[in-house]
Amino acid sequence: MRVNGAVESLDVQPWVSLLDALRDRLGVTGPKKGCDQGACGACTVLADGVRINACLALAVQYDGREITTVEGLASGEELHPLQAAFIRHDGLQCGYCTPGQLCSAVAMLAEHRAGMPSAVTERSGELTEAEIRERMSGNLCRCGAYNGIVDAIRDVAAQEAR
Amino acid sequence: MTTKYAETEQRQAAVKHVGRPVDRVDGRAKTTGEARYAAEHRHPGMAHAALVHATVARGRIESLDTEAARAVPGVIEVLTHENAPPMKPAPKRSLLNLSSLASGTTVSYLGTDEVHWNGQPVAVVVAETPEAARHAATLVRVTYRELPAVVDFAAEEPNAVQQKGSMIQPAGGDKGDAAVALAAAPVSVDLRFTTPPHHHNAIEPHATVAVWDGDHLTVHESTQHIAWLRRHLALRFGIPERAIRVLSPYVGGGFGGKYAVWAGTLLAVLAARATARPVRLALTREAVHRTVGARTPTVQRVALGADAGGDLTALIHTSVAMTSRIGGMPEGVVSPSRHLYDAATIHLRQRLVRLDLLANTSMRAPGDSVGSFALESAMDELACELGMDPVELRMRNEPARNPMDGKPFSHRMLREAYEVGAERFGWRERDPGAGSMRDGRWLVGMGVATAYHPSMVMPAAVTVRMDAGGEVVVRCALQEIGVGAATVQAQIAADELGVPLEAVRVEIGDSELPEGPGAGGSAQTASGAEGVLAACRKLKESALALARRSPDSPLRGRRLDDLEARDGGLHHGGDGETYAAILARAGRDHLEAGGRTGMLKFLARALNDRRRWVKAACGAHFCEVRVDQDTGEVRVSRWLGVFDIGRVINAKTAAAQLRGGIVMGIGMALSEASQVDPRTGRIMNPSLAEYHVPVHADVPPIDVQWLDVPDPTMPLGLLGIGEVGITGVAAAVANAVRHATGKRVADLPITLDKLL
Amino acid sequence: MKPFAYVKPADVAGAVRAVSGEPGAKFLGGGTNLVDLMREGVERPDTVVDVTGLPLDTIDELPGGGLRIGALVRNGTLTADERVRARYPVLSQALLAGASAQLRNMATVGGNLLQRTRCPYFYDHAAACNKREPGGGCDALGGLNRSHAVLGVSGSCIAAHPSDMCVALAALDAVIEVESVRGTRRIPMTGFHRLPGDTPEIETELAPDELVTAVELPSAPFAARSRYRKVRDRASYAFALVSVAAALEVRDGAVTAVRLALGGVGAKPWRAHEAERILLGGPAGEESFTRAAEAELAGADVRPGNAFKVHLARATVVATLRELNTGEGTA
Repeated sequence: MRVNGAVESLDVQPWVSLLDALRDRLGVTGPKKGCDQGACGACTVLADGVRINACLALAVQYDGREITTVEGLASGEELHPLQAAFIRHDGLQCGYCTPGQLCSAVAMLAEHRAGMPSAVTERSGELTEAEIRERMSGNLCRCGAYNGIVDAIRDVAAQEAR
Repeated sequence: MTTKYAETEQRQAAVKHVGRPVDRVDGRAKTTGEARYAAEHRHPGMAHAALVHATVARGRIESLDTEAARAVPGVIEVLTHENAPPMKPAPKRSLLNLSSLASGTTVSYLGTDEVHWNGQPVAVVVAETPEAARHAATLVRVTYRELPAVVDFAAEEPNAVQQKGSMIQPAGGDKGDAAVALAAAPVSVDLRFTTPPHHHNAIEPHATVAVWDGDHLTVHESTQHIAWLRRHLALRFGIPERAIRVLSPYVGGGFGGKYAVWAGTLLAVLAARATARPVRLALTREAVHRTVGARTPTVQRVALGADAGGDLTALIHTSVAMTSRIGGMPEGVVSPSRHLYDAATIHLRQRLVRLDLLANTSMRAPGDSVGSFALESAMDELACELGMDPVELRMRNEPARNPMDGKPFSHRMLREAYEVGAERFGWRERDPGAGSMRDGRWLVGMGVATAYHPSMVMPAAVTVRMDAGGEVVVRCALQEIGVGAATVQAQIAADELGVPLEAVRVEIGDSELPEGPGAGGSAQTASGAEGVLAACRKLKESALALARRSPDSPLRGRRLDDLEARDGGLHHGGDGETYAAILARAGRDHLEAGGRTGMLKFLARALNDRRRWVKAACGAHFCEVRVDQDTGEVRVSRWLGVFDIGRVINAKTAAAQLRGGIVMGIGMALSEASQVDPRTGRIMNPSLAEYHVPVHADVPPIDVQWLDVPDPTMPLGLLGIGEVGITGVAAAVANAVRHATGKRVADLPITLDKLL
Repeated sequence: MKPFAYVKPADVAGAVRAVSGEPGAKFLGGGTNLVDLMREGVERPDTVVDVTGLPLDTIDELPGGGLRIGALVRNGTLTADERVRARYPVLSQALLAGASAQLRNMATVGGNLLQRTRCPYFYDHAAACNKREPGGGCDALGGLNRSHAVLGVSGSCIAAHPSDMCVALAALDAVIEVESVRGTRRIPMTGFHRLPGDTPEIETELAPDELVTAVELPSAPFAARSRYRKVRDRASYAFALVSVAAALEVRDGAVTAVRLALGGVGAKPWRAHEAERILLGGPAGEESFTRAAEAELAGADVRPGNAFKVHLARATVVATLRELNTGEGTA
């Protein structure tokens, strides 16, 4: 498995989740465990660029795949535009859901670019605020930083569009 | 921000940090995954624990079969009441030692065969891997001799008993004869409200990593109160406080759920001692629901009488809430009715039922959040009865002094909040007729309600150190639960010392630091601020004393009160000196100052303060909802909250706190409820899939404003903002739903089945 | 979760061989339901046969205008398929109404068909549940049952089927293709799930050793005008209280084709045959929509907690048909 670009060789039992393999075996603790049931999104990581809930993935199923966690978003010291935007728009409070929100947002923008619809998609294909909210609804934030998160994503989407 | 605020910002922006929308100092750590939370600390040889929960509400354990669990490869130990080392009993509650309130329950976990609630931990499995521990926990077989249990809150209502009040927390009160006045009132409403139990559901489940080194204990914990936790562990494990180190630099949300000490923490420490291994116990989401208390359910009656002009002649607010036989905090449910309206007569009572359920605990704005739902819904209904605008009704009854006892308010700008809010929200465009506003298939409604939350200050010990290079370190064991604890104290210290914000580092989250207040009661920022201000002042005094020793110093002969701290030093007009220069001349490499408030001094001051003033943050919520004409689905489409919260330290984090309260209030209004099976006392939705906290799609853009007028009695004039945001929210939603549909929903949450 | 052996066959023959004669073996797709249930100890397989390496992840044209969807096509991929969006919008909408983007990216079509109930008593080992432990009783009957089914229930189980996708497939007359060592067979979607009766633990017609390999959607031109409406306790990321999958064709005011299925109310994805019978050939309008909905729900078996679902289902059916009829309110 490649994790954030580095090859990680890992011998885990088949009942170990991808999330626990990352957090407990590899010490990659950016992905968070909020529910372990696919109900909060805190564990969201990218598998070959696709967002998934690492808590419901068995590590063995991801043998040979490229996993990106929040630790892999920045380029060295330079934050990913979404990371910087989250700070600027205060799209976080306690920070626990933040890594999942960020990974989710990265993939969400890619999904939208690729033309994937959502439950509220209108024909225009514009990334409206309603679109962002629906597409990000798999990531709970109990602190209620939703407005800041949406503002951060809109900001970055607008930068990309320019 | 209001105009007033913007001007303030412009004027001060050049030199001051307080009030500005400063980015969080830990933003980078939190957005890169660098921030480590309790469960993410690893120690050599660390084992993993999992809980086994009781499946009956009350009884005695008859038999325990741990054989299958022990046979799971990797299992180190299965601890039960038959083999666990003893813990000392929970301390008796005392207001002279507030840390005695830290006991979540009074149960001696694994010290008894008694079961007190459905879900109580009855065994702990310790294993080499978390997977083995969790699997083995499912294999522990327990049989019980069941005893009769009282678990049905609704059914117990007739057996409720009068709550005993205290000076700090009165449980009732009368002004005149409200019953007589109500009967005589030309216009009246008399409503019954219910609210369900709510769970905090911080996204980070409670977690503990416990490491014993002889009789020395290190605990990585997700806690809202480091000092209480340390004191509590010392009591329960019979070791001195100084032998315990609690580390809690990042807390993944609290909301009251991490204020007390619950079973998981104690059992992790116990398991580590029993197995002589570092032990991690990270609760599952289910275990959080089963072992960490929730907000009490309530039944409330609010009856209001008014004359034809809308002046309140009677206000009756009574409540029934729960505590548990094994602990729990009586909630001040009717508290808002003590402060909000100038009614000629008032009757307030709080009653309690004691249940065989897990002890309740505080959750964001205990009392005020649920109490404001009832009172502010009733006010809206009265406005409907009177045919009066609900804002006007409120303003008509806005008191000049505290209604119950005539004490002055230290600060109260609710009238201004409503004025600003009504204008900004476009309240006057509201057609008052129920069901009169539509948008396609949606019925549109607009509602208002008042927010109110008392302000207080707790003792905080703070030290400030400045080195010759101008670096400042502020140290206090505060908790960062998302409020920006380090960020705001850095702003305060930077201004007070007159140094750049970048020069200040704030160390928090470690019991080795000077003792801080808990992150609760909306008091952490004000409490920390008081300590920071005092320590900074002492530090400046020390600097000035050093300077005055030198005949060359331009500060010679000056008093601190004549000086301005800016540009990295102390100045008087054009004369002044940097701290660096003062230190260099004195040959010192640093200065350090600090102090602490003793508990008795604190209590004496708090009581005196209480005798003189009523102080609180308040605000006006305006909301718009849409209700589907066919299905009754409710969506919140617009929100404005205008708050009177004294001085704001950080415009960014303050807005976040207020919005966060409103978001949690929207959950309370529309979807949140812990479902307790009335037959068994078991929580049946202990998951985030079935306990519905708001998701992105539920939350509209929330406009928050504040008046930014400092309170004269609070440190820096700040009133505390963590809780006021949630108060009144559920009522504002219910009132908007009433406007949209004509239906008064008095039972939370307002799910669509109540609107069909 | 209980330890298990893990195998990952590379072809369908290998997969079905791996479970043949192994009653403790289970196929694993995206894991979104099975891994959760395994962690909760509700599912306790001895062997997990990971089928995600099988070449069943394409969506292909069928002669005559239908589509054949491989069982391992991810739900997310299916929602985005232009052919599905154009010809069977009800299916795309149903999938998009379900779960979250992350879960849709993981979940497979085959796994979604076998999704198990969200009944809280099914999940809780402290509770009696005939589905989890046959013969154990049902605590939902006299317990908290707001989320439970009102159609097709029995005295031993009132659990609701949780899938959104299945409701759309039921409306579309999909056919499920399954394979075992005995060969291939095809099961109509409306007969794929079983009602609980006395054996709520048996949820489908699928034999334990049979693998779902594909879902076939027959050509249905009128389905281009179809819609999925889901009603739930929050705006997104929640299971349905009631959902409606509907397709409607109206000519000169008369219903010339109609498909209707309900979710959230049935012990299985509920094809509303009775309502369709009433609607077909009759006038399209509020009165007939209401009559049809009421007829379908006449047999509802309600408890105190879920009685509202009858009213809600009727209102949602009428609203959905109205929208399809008038073209309004697609948002």
